[in-house]
Amino acid sequence: MVSAMKEAVGRVAFDLKRQSVRDLNQFLHGDLSEVREVVVENPDGAHSLAVGVNAPVHVEICGHAGYYAAGMNKEATVQVRGNAGPGVAENMMSGHVEVGGFASGGAGASAHGGLLVIRGDAGLRCGISLKGADIVVGGDVGSFSAFMAQAGRMVVCGDAGDGLGDSLYEAVIYVRGKVRSLGADARLEPMKDEDHGAVRALLAAAGIAHSSAEFKRIASARALYHWNADANQTY
Amino acid sequence: MPTRLTDEPPAHLQLEESASFDRHIIHYIQRAAATGLYEIRGLGAKRRVPHFDDLVFLGASLSRYPLEGYREKCSSETVLGTRFAKRPVKLDIPITIAGMSFGALSANVKEALGRAATEMGTSTTTGDGGMTAEERRSSKTLVYQCLPSRYGFNPDDLRKADAIEVVIGQGAKPGGGGMLLGQKVSPRVAAMRTLPEGVDQRSASRHPDWTGPDDLAIKIKELREITDWQTPIYVKVGATRVFHDVKLAVHAGADVVVVDGMQGGTAATQWAFIEHVGIPSLAAVRQAVDALEDLNKKEEVQLIVSGGIRTGADVAKALALGADAVSIGQGVLVALGCNSNSYVQDGEQVSAAADYHKLGTAAGFCHHCQTGQCPVGVTTQDPILEQRLQPAVGARRVRNYLKTLNMELTMIARACGKQDVHHLEREDLVALTIEAAAIAGVPLAGTTWIPGRN
Repeated sequence: MVSAMKEAVGRVAFDLKRQSVRDLNQFLHGDLSEVREVVVENPDGAHSLAVGVNAPVHVEICGHAGYYAAGMNKEATVQVRGNAGPGVAENMMSGHVEVGGFASGGAGASAHGGLLVIRGDAGLRCGISLKGADIVVGGDVGSFSAFMAQAGRMVVCGDAGDGLGDSLYEAVIYVRGKVRSLGADARLEPMKDEDHGAVRALLAAAGIAHSSAEFKRIASARALYHWNADANQTY
Repeated sequence: MPTRLTDEPPAHLQLEESASFDRHIIHYIQRAAATGLYEIRGLGAKRRVPHFDDLVFLGASLSRYPLEGYREKCSSETVLGTRFAKRPVKLDIPITIAGMSFGALSANVKEALGRAATEMGTSTTTGDGGMTAEERRSSKTLVYQCLPSRYGFNPDDLRKADAIEVVIGQGAKPGGGGMLLGQKVSPRVAAMRTLPEGVDQRSASRHPDWTGPDDLAIKIKELREITDWQTPIYVKVGATRVFHDVKLAVHAGADVVVVDGMQGGTAATQWAFIEHVGIPSLAAVRQAVDALEDLNKKEEVQLIVSGGIRTGADVAKALALGADAVSIGQGVLVALGCNSNSYVQDGEQVSAAADYHKLGTAAGFCHHCQTGQCPVGVTTQDPILEQRLQPAVGARRVRNYLKTLNMELTMIARACGKQDVHHLEREDLVALTIEAAAIAGVPLAGTTWIPGRN
């Protein structure tokens, strides 16, 4: 079925100039017990690369990815050696997704588990509806990031845009740079020992060297947990 | 001495009620003034709107030849998702169970719905809160919703689904997200949704990872890639600008479009949203069919209509207007016992009247799903109340209800001379009101007049 060339044991290459995204994903949904690594050449910004993978395989995307790279990932390690379009690692359950360049909007949207690392900047709504995954962004995040984030952690090594953490639930955000504005119900909180430990561990997992002392903690004030008419529609 | 208040004013008083400020509106204003809160309630629109009741069938006579009602076969088989999916959904009846969440409903209810649907050869649907093991186990054909909140949404359940329904909106509140008040966010519901227990859960109204129809096309492709193009993908819209929305859903690559009219129920939504946003199902079905015909996709993309479908006649009319299937939520809950004066415990009828009174209402009027205190154990997460709906009892009642509807549907189809319920056609219908004639695009009874069209 797959005309991919097995260059060495356990290594499979797909060239998207000659093969389709359908071929790639169908292969990734098959029996990968003998496969260690899948290399995707000439991705050329294609959408839905390596989506729905359900095995501890390593996927390397040698270039830019379009929408939803590594969407709904479980267990796999997916590396994008370029930029990623909207919704990279959306709804990830576990595993590790890394973007070498920039990521567009909705990075890690609704992700339940695993680690998403973005070496460059992330666009709008990074970590929206986050449900337990960890996100580390080497650069800045756009406005409305961590909107309605329910659980999980987000580490931003650069600056954050407007409305950071609007309507947060139990997710926690750590920001090293400036925050243009906080969203409704998000507030700055003091960094405790466990926060420093969390930031150090996440930075180490992402391979980024900063001191946890440079980060501030943002979490929910929990004032919106119950519907309140006296809030006068401030949310 | 203060004036005595009585319910019945003496007969000589002048009591000219205002049409603009009638007792309902006075009560509404006084309630708003007292509380500073809008009212949140369950059920769909309560006011009268043009509906399937305003249409009648032209049975066969001299000009058309009927089928023998009790002897000749009339097929109700229904296939959904024939456009792109490798594994379309095949149903014995064109009547499906609509998406309602575990959270809004108890696990017992979800199980009962799955069992009834399986017995009848139809599908049931998850809701805003994910798939429970009970409903997957009990449902032969289960439609898995992909909602803006993505509560409990995961690839394992996605791969287990028989169809995927991308929910853009619902008829009770097009443009609004889900709502589940804290009293229903039990430990299990909270865990499934990754929320703190007891929070007033107000879901997002927009999907987190796409905006607009061009993005939706890419999102649908992603879902197809994840499921290896096996699973049909439905797109559900609340009925508003139906003609355009259906076209956009088709362009985005939907196998099936679900259009939910304003009579569609909800477990909790603002009153003004329920009654004043969205259009009736009768209008929605006609505009949806017009859109599919305009695109020449009527044979390729299936249409499911929901919102206020109650009877076999409603189903037959929706099909005659061009729907391929219908979906029922509220009617199914009523079959389970919603608004019944009693519930069944181990074969015994037990009165629920006192519990309706505690909610400030009575059987036949209740819309208090949002409280989680459902007197008959349907829309509750309360460990005691939920026992009032036993899955076996519920499953039997829903099966009986669906069976009755399908018998009525095939009876009408035979009377119109059809061997297949999908052969019912617009020409079999006329309208009893000018409004319904204009909306449904069928002639006013006894005339050839279709207002606005000829």
